[in-house]
Amino acid sequence: MDARRGSLPVPRVRQVGFFTPNAQPAPTRSQSGPPDSSSPPLSDSPASNSLSPVMIPPPRHHSDNLAAAPRPTSPLPVPEPSPFRRRGADNNNALLVGSYNPAETLLAMSPSSSHVGDGESEETMSGGWFRRSNSGKLASSLPSGTFDFSPVQSTAEALKPNKVQNPVGISAPKEQQPEAPSSSKQPKPKLTKAERRALQESQRAAKAAAKAGGGKSVAAPEEVATIKSVKQHQTQKKDAPQVAVSVAASERKGGDKSQEKERRKDAPAPRMQFDDKSRVEKAKRRSVVDQTEAKKRVELFRHLPQYEHGTQLADLESKFLQLDPMHPAIYKVGLQYLAGDISGGNARCIAMLQAFQQVVKDYSTPPEKTLPRDLTAKISSYVSFFTQCRPLSMSMGNAIRFLKNRIAKLSPSLSESESKSSICTDIDRFINEKIVLADRVIVQHASSKVKDGDVLLVYGSSCVVEMVLLHSHELGKQFRVIVVDSRPKLEGKALLRRLVAKGVHCTYTHINAVSYVMHEVTKVFLGASSVLSNGTVYSRVGTACVAMVAHAFRVPVIICCEAYKFHERVQLDSICSNELGDPDAIGKVPGRMDVNYLNDVSNSGNLQLLNLMYDATPADYVSMIVTDYGMIPPTSVPVIVREYRRDHLLI
Amino acid sequence: MPDVQALVNEFLNKLKKRKIEGSQATAKQTAELLRSVISQQRVPRTNQAGALIDAVRAIGEQLIVANPIELAVGNIVRRVLHIIREEDLSLTTAAVAELNLSTVSDDDDDGGGGDQDDRPVLSAAAVAAAARNTLRPPSLQMLLEGAPDFVAVPRSSSSGGDSEGKSKSMDRNSRTRKLKHDIIEAVNELIQDITTCHELIAEQAVEHIHQNEVILTLGSSKTVLEFLCAAKEKKRSFRVFVAEGAPRYQGHLLAKELVARGLQTTLITDSAVFAMISRVNMVIVGSHAVMANGGVIAPVGMNMVALAAQKHAVPFVVLAGSHKLCPLYPHNPEVLLNELRSPSELLDFGEFSDCLDFGSGDGSPLLHVVNPTFDYVPPKAVSLFITDTGGHNPSYMYRLIADYYSADDLVVQRRHAAGN
Repeated sequence: MDARRGSLPVPRVRQVGFFTPNAQPAPTRSQSGPPDSSSPPLSDSPASNSLSPVMIPPPRHHSDNLAAAPRPTSPLPVPEPSPFRRRGADNNNALLVGSYNPAETLLAMSPSSSHVGDGESEETMSGGWFRRSNSGKLASSLPSGTFDFSPVQSTAEALKPNKVQNPVGISAPKEQQPEAPSSSKQPKPKLTKAERRALQESQRAAKAAAKAGGGKSVAAPEEVATIKSVKQHQTQKKDAPQVAVSVAASERKGGDKSQEKERRKDAPAPRMQFDDKSRVEKAKRRSVVDQTEAKKRVELFRHLPQYEHGTQLADLESKFLQLDPMHPAIYKVGLQYLAGDISGGNARCIAMLQAFQQVVKDYSTPPEKTLPRDLTAKISSYVSFFTQCRPLSMSMGNAIRFLKNRIAKLSPSLSESESKSSICTDIDRFINEKIVLADRVIVQHASSKVKDGDVLLVYGSSCVVEMVLLHSHELGKQFRVIVVDSRPKLEGKALLRRLVAKGVHCTYTHINAVSYVMHEVTKVFLGASSVLSNGTVYSRVGTACVAMVAHAFRVPVIICCEAYKFHERVQLDSICSNELGDPDAIGKVPGRMDVNYLNDVSNSGNLQLLNLMYDATPADYVSMIVTDYGMIPPTSVPVIVREYRRDHLLI
Repeated sequence: MPDVQALVNEFLNKLKKRKIEGSQATAKQTAELLRSVISQQRVPRTNQAGALIDAVRAIGEQLIVANPIELAVGNIVRRVLHIIREEDLSLTTAAVAELNLSTVSDDDDDGGGGDQDDRPVLSAAAVAAAARNTLRPPSLQMLLEGAPDFVAVPRSSSSGGDSEGKSKSMDRNSRTRKLKHDIIEAVNELIQDITTCHELIAEQAVEHIHQNEVILTLGSSKTVLEFLCAAKEKKRSFRVFVAEGAPRYQGHLLAKELVARGLQTTLITDSAVFAMISRVNMVIVGSHAVMANGGVIAPVGMNMVALAAQKHAVPFVVLAGSHKLCPLYPHNPEVLLNELRSPSELLDFGEFSDCLDFGSGDGSPLLHVVNPTFDYVPPKAVSLFITDTGGHNPSYMYRLIADYYSADDLVVQRRHAAGN
C-alpha cells in the first residue's frame, strides 16, 4: 500500500520533463523540420503560433499568409491569438504543480485510468464517433475529473476490469496502481485499436523471445483485461504473460499485416448509437463533460445524443482545475465548441489542430514509452473530450486521422524533439494546404463562374462562399446577392452585415421565401460541412431545401467545399446521422415578443422540439462541386476520395 | 341607408389595414356585411333582383379593391351575387309555372313587364320558354339555340299586370318580400356553411389518417387543427410534425393547440422540412385560397414543402373550405397574388440601421429585405383537395367552383370599368 502511494512522487519528477520542451523548442524544430517554404519558421511563443493561419489577404503571395495579421473582416472565424492560452498554461503550472503532471502520468500508469484512455481512444478512431467494439466488459470508466484518486472509487472501478484474471490486484484494496511498486515496470500506455493490433502483432512476433525473460509481471493481467476487449480472447490469453516484455520492445512489426491494418483502420467505424442504453451508460461514466440527457426526445432521433444545453458549460468551467490530464489549449477549444464560440467546419478544424499543435509542443514522452503510441493515445483522449463538447464534424475526423497517421508513420530513428517538430510542421502544412490554399483555389474557380448581372443566392453563412463573393466583388463584377437565412442560428445576418459593409448589393430573406426569390436567381452558391462519397452534400440544415427549390426552378447549384471535407461515408437521409442542437432555441423567437405561444407548454410531455443541425442534399440537386482539385460533378466525389486518399493522409 | 354605408366603410378600413386575419373570418364578415346590405337595400317594384345585384356588386367592388389579395372577399361577393340570381330564378320559375297553370290566356297582358330599365323586352312566351328550360336539364337543343339571358330577367311584375285587382298586388308584395327573404335566408345558410366547414372537413379525417401515421404541416390553420383533432377523437394515434412557418411562427400556435388536445407534436424549423419529409406519411396543410386551375395560394414556405413532398412521393393534401375556392385562374400568382410584409419581421431595424446607411451613391440602398406572405403551389404538386363536399383532384376544382359561382360574376369589376 505504502509502496503504491510511494509511486505518486514518480510523476512529479517528470514535471520537469514536461516543461523542458517548452524551454527550447525552437532549436529542435529548426534542426529537424522538413523544409516548408509556405510556412514561416515557427516561433516557440504560443501566442504567435496561434495567430490565425487562415487569414487570406487576397493580393498577397501564398507564402506569407501564415504570418499575415488577421484582418478584421476575415470570413474565417479563427480563434484569436490567445494570451489566455499562454497564461492558462502558466497559471496551471503554477497552481497545479503537484497535480498537473502527476495526474497525467497516473493517467498512463494506473490500470483504471489506462482503461479510460483505452475506451476513449477506441471511440475516437474515426474522428470521435464512438465505435461499437467498445470495451464492453470493461466497466472501467473512471470519471476523468476524479483522477486525484479517491481510492475507494477507483478500487471499485478497477476491480471490474481486472476480473478473476488479476491474481495480485484483486485482493489489494487500493490496486489502482498495482504495478507501481516496481517502478521499473513499464507503464501501460493508452491504446488505440490500431495500436492494440500492433501490440498483438508484436506479441506474436516476440513470443519466442519473450519466453526467456518471462518475468511474470503484475501488469500482465491488466494487459489481458484490456486486450480482451478486442475480442481476441484465445490468443491473448496465451500471450498474456509475455505481454509486458513484448510491450517493452514494442516497435511496429509485421510489415505486410500493417498494410491491411491501415486499410481497415481507414474504413469508417460504426458510430455510437445513443439508443443503446448500456453503451450510453458506459460512455457517460467515462465522460469528462457532465451532460444531462434531455428528457424529451424525438422518437426518430433517439440514436443521436441530446443533452440539456446550458448546463455543461458552467460545470466544465468549475472542473477546470480538476481536469488535470487536459491540456489547457485543448480545454479552451473544447469550451469554445461547447459555448458555440467557434463554429463553422474550417474554424473548428483549425482550432482543433492548433490546440493539438500546442499539445505536441508541450509534450514530452514519459519514460519508457514511445512517442507515437503515447501521443496518439493522448490525442485520442483529447478527441473524445472534444466529442463530448460537441460532436465532431467529418472534416475534423479526417484531420484527426491525418494527424494520427503522421504520428504513427514517424520514423523511430528521430529524436523526440525532431518528431515533435515534424508533427508540428505537418499540422501547419495540413492547415495551410488543405484549408488555406484550398480555399484560395476554390475562390479562384468559383469566382470565374460569377458573371456580370448575376443574381447569386447564398444560404446561411459559409466562409468559402463569402470569400468567393468578396473576391468577385473585388474583381469588379456586377452582381447581386440574395442571402437566405433560417432560424434558429440566423447565421446569414452576420454574412449580410459583412457583405453590405463591403458594398455588395444584398437582399435578405428567410428560407420560406426561397420560392419567391428563386425566380430572379441565376446561380446558387452553397457551402458544405462534408461531401459524402455518394455525392450527398452534408451541410447546414436548410441547404437541401434551397438546393431543391433551385433545382425545381432550373437554377444551377454550386457547392464550394474543400477536398479534405470529402468523406467515404455514404448517407441517404438526414436522420441516420445528424447533430441535435439546443431544442429550446426552437421554442423561443428572440426579438419577437408576440411569438410566445410555447412559453407555458414547453414542458408538456406531448411537445417535442427538434433542432436539427445538418441535412443531406441529394446529389441530383447539385450541379457542380468546386473543390481544390477543380470543378467536379457530384459523381466524381468517390473518385477524389479514392485517388487522393493517400494524399490526404500524407500530404 | 347611412348605417350600412358606415358598416361598409368600417369593414373597408379593416380590410385596407389588414386587420382581419384569415380567410374564414374575412369570408364570414363579408357575408354578414352583404346580408345587412341586402336587408337594408330598398328594392323597386320592378327588377328587384337587378337592384340587389347592382348594390351588392358596387359594394363588392370596393371590398375587393380594399384587399385584392384576400380572395375570400371576392369569393363571397360572387357567391352572394350567385345566390341572388338563383333565388330570383327559382322564384320566377315558380311564378311562371303558376302562371302557366292558372291563367293560360293571360299571356297578352304582360305589357306591364316591359318597363324594365335596361332589359330587352321579352315576351311571356320567351319567359315561359326560359322557365321551362330551367326546369329541365340542359338539352342539346337549348345549347344549340343559345339560352337567353334569363337568369336576371325580372319577372316579378310580369305576372302581376294590372288586369287583376287587389289580390294580384297582394301577391306581388308578398313575392317582393319573398325574394329578399329568400336571399337573406340563403346568405344565412352561406354564413352557416362558412362557420361549419371545419366540421364538415374534419368529418372526413378518419378516412385519410391511419394508425401510427406521421403527418407534417406548416404554419397554422384552424381547418388543419380541427382535422387532426377529429382524427384524434376517433382514437387514431399519430404523430404530427409542425414546421414553425417563419416569419409569423404560426406553427408555434398550432403546436400549442395540438399539445393541448393531447397529440404527439414535434416542432421543427422550416429548414428541417426536407430532412424530415422522408419519414412523413402525409402532408396536410391549410390554404389561403384555391384557384380554379387547382393551384393553391398558401402561407409562405408551402411551395418548398410541396416540392419536398413531391420529391419523396408523400401525399400533399390541402384542406379548403368552400369559401376559399376562387373562380379565377392565376397569372403569375407568386407576384400578383402576393403581399410583402414588414421587413422588421426578419431584420431588426435597430440592429441593422447602420447597414441601411450604406447607399451606393445613386440613392438605391444596398440592402433589401423581402418578406412575402404567400406562396403559390402549382396544381401538379397537390395530391388531393379536401373540401366540405369531399375530396377532389386538382384538375376537378374548376368544375367544383362552377357550382358555386355564376359565370356572369367572375369579373365583378367589369360593369364598374364599363360604367366609367
